[in-house]
Amino acid sequence: MTPPRPLIGVAVLWLTACGGGGREESQSLTLVAYESFPDRSADPANPVVVALDEFTAQTGISVEILIAGDTGTMISKAALTAGNPEGDVMWGIDNSFLSRAVEAEVFDRYEASGIDDLPTEFTDLVPEGEATPVDFGDVCVNYDIAALESDGIVPPSSLADLQQPEYASRLVVENPATSSPGLAFLMATIAEFGDDGWEGYWATLRDNGVLVVDGWSQAYYEEFSLPGGSRPLVVSYGSSPPFEVLYAAEPLTEAPTGVIESTCFRQVEFAGVLRGTDSPNGARRLVDFLVSERFQREIALNLFVFPVDPDVVLDEAFTDYATFPDEPLRLDPQLIEANRADWIDRWTNVVTR
Amino acid sequence: MDERRHPLKPNQLPRWSLIAVTAPPTAFLLVFYVWPFATLIANGFNAGSLSDTFGRSATWRVLWFTVWQAAASTTLTLVIGLAPTWAVSRFSFPGRRALLSMLTAVFVLPTVVVGAAFVALLPGSLDRSIWAILGAHVVFNLAVVVRAVGAVWEKLPADLEHAGATLGASPLQVFLRVTLPLLRPSLAAAASIVFLFTFTSFGVIRVLGTANRATLEVEVWRRATQLGDLGGAAVLTVLQLLVLGVLVAWTSLVQRRTTHVLDMDESSSRQFPKGKERWVVGAAVGVTLMLVTAPLLALVERSLRGDDGYSLVAWQSLDNNEIRPGLRLNVDPLGALTNSVVTALLATILAVVIGGAAVISITTLGRTGRWLDTGLMLPLGTSAVTIGFGMLITFDTPPFDWRASWWLVPVGHGLVAVPFVVRTALGVLRSVDLDLRAAAATLGASPVRAWRATTLPFLLRPLATGAGLAAAISLGEFGATSFLSRSGSETLPIAIERLLGRTGRIFQAQAFALSTILAIATIVIVMLVDVGDSRGE
Repeated sequence: MTPPRPLIGVAVLWLTACGGGGREESQSLTLVAYESFPDRSADPANPVVVALDEFTAQTGISVEILIAGDTGTMISKAALTAGNPEGDVMWGIDNSFLSRAVEAEVFDRYEASGIDDLPTEFTDLVPEGEATPVDFGDVCVNYDIAALESDGIVPPSSLADLQQPEYASRLVVENPATSSPGLAFLMATIAEFGDDGWEGYWATLRDNGVLVVDGWSQAYYEEFSLPGGSRPLVVSYGSSPPFEVLYAAEPLTEAPTGVIESTCFRQVEFAGVLRGTDSPNGARRLVDFLVSERFQREIALNLFVFPVDPDVVLDEAFTDYATFPDEPLRLDPQLIEANRADWIDRWTNVVTR
Repeated sequence: MDERRHPLKPNQLPRWSLIAVTAPPTAFLLVFYVWPFATLIANGFNAGSLSDTFGRSATWRVLWFTVWQAAASTTLTLVIGLAPTWAVSRFSFPGRRALLSMLTAVFVLPTVVVGAAFVALLPGSLDRSIWAILGAHVVFNLAVVVRAVGAVWEKLPADLEHAGATLGASPLQVFLRVTLPLLRPSLAAAASIVFLFTFTSFGVIRVLGTANRATLEVEVWRRATQLGDLGGAAVLTVLQLLVLGVLVAWTSLVQRRTTHVLDMDESSSRQFPKGKERWVVGAAVGVTLMLVTAPLLALVERSLRGDDGYSLVAWQSLDNNEIRPGLRLNVDPLGALTNSVVTALLATILAVVIGGAAVISITTLGRTGRWLDTGLMLPLGTSAVTIGFGMLITFDTPPFDWRASWWLVPVGHGLVAVPFVVRTALGVLRSVDLDLRAAAATLGASPVRAWRATTLPFLLRPLATGAGLAAAISLGEFGATSFLSRSGSETLPIAIERLLGRTGRIFQAQAFALSTILAIATIVIVMLVDVGDSRGE
């Protein structure tokens, strides 16, 4: 039998109150996250919030969620406040921003417990505990199955295919200067065609009528043919088809969209203990919890990315409709940080000429 | 009337009361704008970032685009706005007030939302062209022209125009030779406001723009948040303020040069249109009505779109976070509405107190007051991201560690809303007859009592109008809110943006349902204020 929660709380409080002469740590932590993270006040029953409440019940440490903006804004703020952070733990820095966070010394180094059980494709990115991988996802070209069918066109099977005349004026992408999936897609083309080939590729796409819009919402909801736009090919996520099924207005039995697997670029997101926290021990326990199975199993349905823990059982919609490429395109985080601004400038010169 | 013409000031307010009204707005401006902004500039502005920024060809491209699109948008808005301004200031017709309210509501609606509706309305070939941006700017800013120019036009003495007509001038000649010159100062004022808003355009450009169309405001945001180039962001923010400074100087010059002393008709002389006029007025009103209602109707239409045909699912799930077992919306629409209303209430109180004190201070201080007046306008020309980031590195040490304090959001809204309260009230207060106060003083009233009896009554109405505008602006505010870190105080525009960031038909439909609620709330507030206004006429 488990004792009722208030009793645990009291016991923890008593234990910590008697916990010896060391410096007292605050029993409340602030988890800084990007804007799509569940907000406690907006959805207190969200499974992610419930999981964090369980962490509180077990440890006596309460967790407040602080939304810092989109990922770029969040990392810029973190770099600006490095050493005197807004919170104790940060969730959701992706691999394209990881190097910037490491260079700005945003995080304390820490190897979370259980990290050795994670696939090396994630842990290799942070060999010295610079941060802790917590989830991943892919940015891929999606297509509107019905729209391509009615045009009598076969879906493309590679990035190179998109240069063909039958896909002229059918693709919409996001601006890499202003959008995270847009940047991921640019990096996919750099990974595929190399430093001396990607500009030529984009010049062909430009001549083939690619449409560039500012952000994912504009691309997906305004230009993509499925919600009413005119372009049947869009840069979105590998998880978009299952979410089309899950969040359809009426229950669906088949995904209305497909993913072109060879175009997928892998994004990995990290959490970390913010340097300068008042509660380093509590912060480390929270990071441990974020990679534990209890938290990881809530990620896919509520954060729309996939858990790094390979043992987590995913909802059927994901196993049925999501794409998990065996060999996604990738780039080294340090290479990304060193070249991001230059790539974007070069891309802008090619595409807007 | 100009106070300099009164060498004797028997009715001047005592020093203590002057300090009491000057200190709050000055302190507010210094603490929440100047200090954070200066900290950020000091942090990023240096020789390196200057030469980097101006050495980049993109900077000049962005500056050029920002200037010319703002100039083109302003010109178009003025030209297109003249016909409805003429109609609403010269004629009475059913629905006149409703039209004015709708125009104002569109002006304060979140750009992200109306922009999306705009894309839905335009034919595919146009929706990414420069015309989409210019068109959205015109629709957004029509209210500025109609309100600012209309306020003067409806009070122009009609006998001047009649005299012209009697002397044989055609209606066009009368308009060009008589009416237009008299309207010029108000046209210049409207033009400078529209230019300010389109020059600093952010939401419209982000929703409707393409890769090569960025304004300085968008570039500041991109440098600061996406590239982490704070130096570049700081330099561009200063550049933006410099350009706007030149603009303000130029407008006040034009206004001073072209201001005519006129006996304004105090009572408006609006009439029902007769004969042929009816067709012209009808056409002007009809086209305007179409321009402003089409995006609003598009919001409603899109909130009803289901997988096939129409569905009420978005509206039905408004109070239900779990739409199917295990599937959550992760957004609390009604909670966000409550947050928005509470925030708007606080921001409005703040804006009215600070703005009201500022107006009294500015009018009493004369020339010195211009500094406060200009200072309070500055936040409108400053990128929200630089203020947000400035606050982050300024208020970071106890006891001033205010980062992520819930009240920073209403304070941020207050910064944006105060100029509207000041603009609304200043014109009215300046026109209060000083002779009235002198008379009261002669009759033995103390300066404070004379002020209370003669000036205060004139201040209440514009303050109420300003309060309505402030509330509407706070309801729709997106930029400043999105750059402040927050926990548990999501406002409606933020919730809408969040819904639009996810895959699935339900999210999209519900985002538009929330937008519809936001639009209705805004229209209701503006109409209430207008009804209050008309009762007083």
